[in-house]
Amino acid sequence: MSIALIVLLPLLGALLAPVTIRWGRNACAATAGAASLGSFALLMSHLPGVYAGEVLRQELPWIPQLGLSFSFFVDGLGFFFAGLILGIGLLIILYARYYLARQDPMGRFYAYLLLFQSAMLGIALSDNALLFLVFWEMTSLSSFLLIGYWRHLPEGRQGARMALAVTGGGGLALIGGMLLLGEAAGTYAISEIITRGEVIQAHPLYVPALLLILVGAFTKSAQFPFHFWLPHAMAAPTPVSAYLHSATMVKAGVFLLARFWPALAGTDIWFLIVTPVGLATMAIAAFIAIFKNDLKALLAFSTVSHLGMMTMLLGFGTEIGVVVAMFHILNHATFKAALFMSAGIVDHEAGTRDIRKLGGLAKLMPISSVLALIAAASMAGLPFFNGFLSKEMMLEEAAHTELTGIPYLVPALATLAAMFSVAYSLRLAWFTYMGPVRQSYPHHPHDPPVGMWAPVALLVVLVVAIGLVPPIAGPIVARTSMAVLQTDTLPYYSLAIWHGLTPALFMSIAAIVVGTIVVALYRSLSAAHAGLPHPDAKSMFDRTIAGLVSTARGFTGATQTGSLQLYAGIIVASIVAVGAVAFLQGGHAPGTRATLPASPPAIVAWAVLVAVCGAVVVAHTSRLLTLVLTSVVGLVVSVAFLQFSAPDLALTQISVEVVTTILLLLALNLLPRQGAPERSNANRFGSAAIAITAGLGVAALAYAVMTRDVASISEYHIAQSKPGGGGTNIVNVILVDFRGTDTFGEIIVLGIAALAIFAMLDSALRGASARRLAAMLPTRKSGDAHPMPLVVATRVILPLAITVGIFIFLRGHNEPGGGFIAGLVVAIALIMQYIASGFDWASARARYNPHAMIGAGVIIAGLTGVASFLFGAPFLTSSYDYFHIPLVGEVELATAMAFDLGVFLTVVGTVLLALFQISRVEHKAERVPVPEGPYEPPFHDAARGSGRAMAAPRVVEPARDKEA
Amino acid sequence: MELLVATGIGALTAAGVYLLFRAQTFPVIIGLAFLSYAVNVFLFAMGRLAIDAPPIYSPDVKVYTDPLPQALVLTAIVISFGMTALIVVLALRGFLESGDDGVGARERADSESGRTTATDTGLEPGAAAASERGV
Repeated sequence: MSIALIVLLPLLGALLAPVTIRWGRNACAATAGAASLGSFALLMSHLPGVYAGEVLRQELPWIPQLGLSFSFFVDGLGFFFAGLILGIGLLIILYARYYLARQDPMGRFYAYLLLFQSAMLGIALSDNALLFLVFWEMTSLSSFLLIGYWRHLPEGRQGARMALAVTGGGGLALIGGMLLLGEAAGTYAISEIITRGEVIQAHPLYVPALLLILVGAFTKSAQFPFHFWLPHAMAAPTPVSAYLHSATMVKAGVFLLARFWPALAGTDIWFLIVTPVGLATMAIAAFIAIFKNDLKALLAFSTVSHLGMMTMLLGFGTEIGVVVAMFHILNHATFKAALFMSAGIVDHEAGTRDIRKLGGLAKLMPISSVLALIAAASMAGLPFFNGFLSKEMMLEEAAHTELTGIPYLVPALATLAAMFSVAYSLRLAWFTYMGPVRQSYPHHPHDPPVGMWAPVALLVVLVVAIGLVPPIAGPIVARTSMAVLQTDTLPYYSLAIWHGLTPALFMSIAAIVVGTIVVALYRSLSAAHAGLPHPDAKSMFDRTIAGLVSTARGFTGATQTGSLQLYAGIIVASIVAVGAVAFLQGGHAPGTRATLPASPPAIVAWAVLVAVCGAVVVAHTSRLLTLVLTSVVGLVVSVAFLQFSAPDLALTQISVEVVTTILLLLALNLLPRQGAPERSNANRFGSAAIAITAGLGVAALAYAVMTRDVASISEYHIAQSKPGGGGTNIVNVILVDFRGTDTFGEIIVLGIAALAIFAMLDSALRGASARRLAAMLPTRKSGDAHPMPLVVATRVILPLAITVGIFIFLRGHNEPGGGFIAGLVVAIALIMQYIASGFDWASARARYNPHAMIGAGVIIAGLTGVASFLFGAPFLTSSYDYFHIPLVGEVELATAMAFDLGVFLTVVGTVLLALFQISRVEHKAERVPVPEGPYEPPFHDAARGSGRAMAAPRVVEPARDKEA
Repeated sequence: MELLVATGIGALTAAGVYLLFRAQTFPVIIGLAFLSYAVNVFLFAMGRLAIDAPPIYSPDVKVYTDPLPQALVLTAIVISFGMTALIVVLALRGFLESGDDGVGARERADSESGRTTATDTGLEPGAAAASERGV
């Protein structure tokens, strides 16, 4: 567990930091520090094992089917990177405590920082390629948050966005590459992949996998041509820059190359891509850095250049190249983190990072200046500092390398890059710290609190110690390189200051001499440089993004026209086309199942149905007629269900038909009665062609199925209905028992539909809709809105109808009926009261709340299901028994009945809520004076006097604003 | 009989699809209702047709029609009602908001401009009235 804890502890700290900030900034920083320190201690506990050559593994299965596991391993390379991440991370946490201003939200800062730290540790220690990808994406996201930490600064936001676009895009490529690599290697375990180099390199997927992985590495490590995002990420607070761009984020790409070096490196394609990219990045970025005036921008390009150098060394594909690269990672992390923090100190104390406005700081802030000067000397590659050692070794390697047959190309460019490196380092050191003291700094500079320079000092001690006594870095370099190379024996090399009169020494001397001359002549060179063309990466990037956005907009605009006709046409035509292809490829033998003889009534019903379909198509602009014709279809369908042994379906269909017709009538009262005439014949014939093809296809399919026999799973349902479900109506038992969970889901859907209807119409009583309702033309009313025979009949029928509903409900388990049908019947009985006696009359007397009914229904059904847990049975297991009730006799009670009660309540509630809501809206549109309150038949309300209500209902003007 | 049912389903589908392509909401709703009929009967027919063999268990009866498609279609009918109610209300609200019951691209553009003007004119008198009341 302890390896995973190394990764998870900072994550815990990320959660705690925003909480502990309420006890002050020191508490917050201490929390962050404690999390990192704990993680660091855990890592160090593995030091003896790792340096004895052990590889420690830990694995927890996650999704084994996908090859994804929560597995980690610590070897020399992982230990080295995790050590850098945590060691420098601790220094940054200390430094940031003093760097951040009082108004900066510190809890958020440490949360992001630790999130990022955890992600980086995950990259360093993952033993699963898929898990590695998860952490890789986490670094992209958390660095986005860190770079954009000062969200009020537009540069910060833009820089963060650019970093995310570039590294996130590279991350996508890396996902592809890793999947291909895992495919080629036959495993996603990283510790396995790196032992299968020969298999992988012989695999046809090697080249695509390599290319995709390189895109991921180059974007993350800001290699040419993806280098442009890194300088823009400098808008981040300096601790972030120091952390992300010295030791961690940008090194992740280099780590990736090193980690998979045994699996991927050594081929021609590796050498021919990685080496030139690294070389070009090293030279170009170093050149740009010379002329940068912002300290952090200069350091950013310097970082890009040094990353290029590491990439190039790994690209050589030689073992010594790897050793030098690992050594330089260590050296670069120390001096570059020190320099970034020094730049932050200058910014913090002098109020500017512009080299042109600085100078003479050595006299004002001596401690920080000395530290910065030493780190800069190391960056320049001057002897006795650690940067010199790895640079010498790099030049030595470059001197032996030949690229594309041109001799001296690599050594010459490497020397040139070293020369640029000397120039920008000297310029940074000289123009910032040396020279006369100025009087024009925005702030008065002096040395910062010890908490800010102590981390720098610690790093500078390492810079000098390794520089003077190189062998102290020996074990780290050796163990890390062995882990990269997957070997126990390294070729001969020596970490020393003096290697004799080697080519590298002369290249170094040349670089130092020319670099110094460049700085001496800086003013005239700078003027010449200003005349050169400066391709601006940011504007190019912005143009690319703007182009992508406008392309996407154009595509969306062209395809998403908002025309339902177009969408429906495409959908139906696609279905027809797919069906046609399948039909043409299949066999066309007729079915052999015996068909039923057609009875004369069936033929009549069929003829009615076809005639109605034709009539609706022709007459759909006449909407009331269409509605009547639709009900005829419903009737025919009900009769068909009855004919073909489906009494439950027939009952359901006929009651739904009633409800639907009332619903559509209500809607038609507000919608235009007459449809617009067809616009064009082409449109009509086009849709008719698609419609007829679809109809023929469905008919042929239905016929083909019906004339073939099938083995059904229903035998089980039929056999188990009585003994298992306790009912003889198999359809009902299936609904409430065998497939009860399904039904439970469906009543929830019904309830949601009803609530959506409520939400949509409730708000229609305000705003534009309400104004339109108020402005609607008066509808022609019938002479007698509430005819007495109807009123009387519905009131007499109501108790009967409800009794029938209860009867249908109770018998549903054994005979046709059940909750669905009973619910519809009762709902219809209630709705009839509204139709006959008016909305006001019925609402005033309604003692039920449809919302509560829906809720109660779903809850009752759910509780019935949950209750079976009490008996240790799965959700919705039903049970039943027979009880003897006096006078009534033997009665069967099943838990399924409680479930069916839930169904019943939901159906009643849904139907009522939907129709109520539309009626409420209609009510608003009643323009003509309506009878106040309910219409009362004389026999019901004798006190009012007979006939008065009928002859002269009291009228009131509905409260409504007068037209302005 | 099978032929009658199959062609009936086909006729319902064809009419439903044709109405689905119309330019106003009401025929589209009716078209969806027709498609619901067609789909429900189609699903039902997947259990094959049988006469006088209702799925009511009795020890004496040996032949039953397939109850499973019936159970599925029963809930489908009720859900179809829920869906129809929802799209009716959608159509209604859309019509009330925009004063237009078209579903085509051109109509949408019209209704959008119509809506903005309605909102603009609607807001201003309200604000004016509020200030007139001298609050």
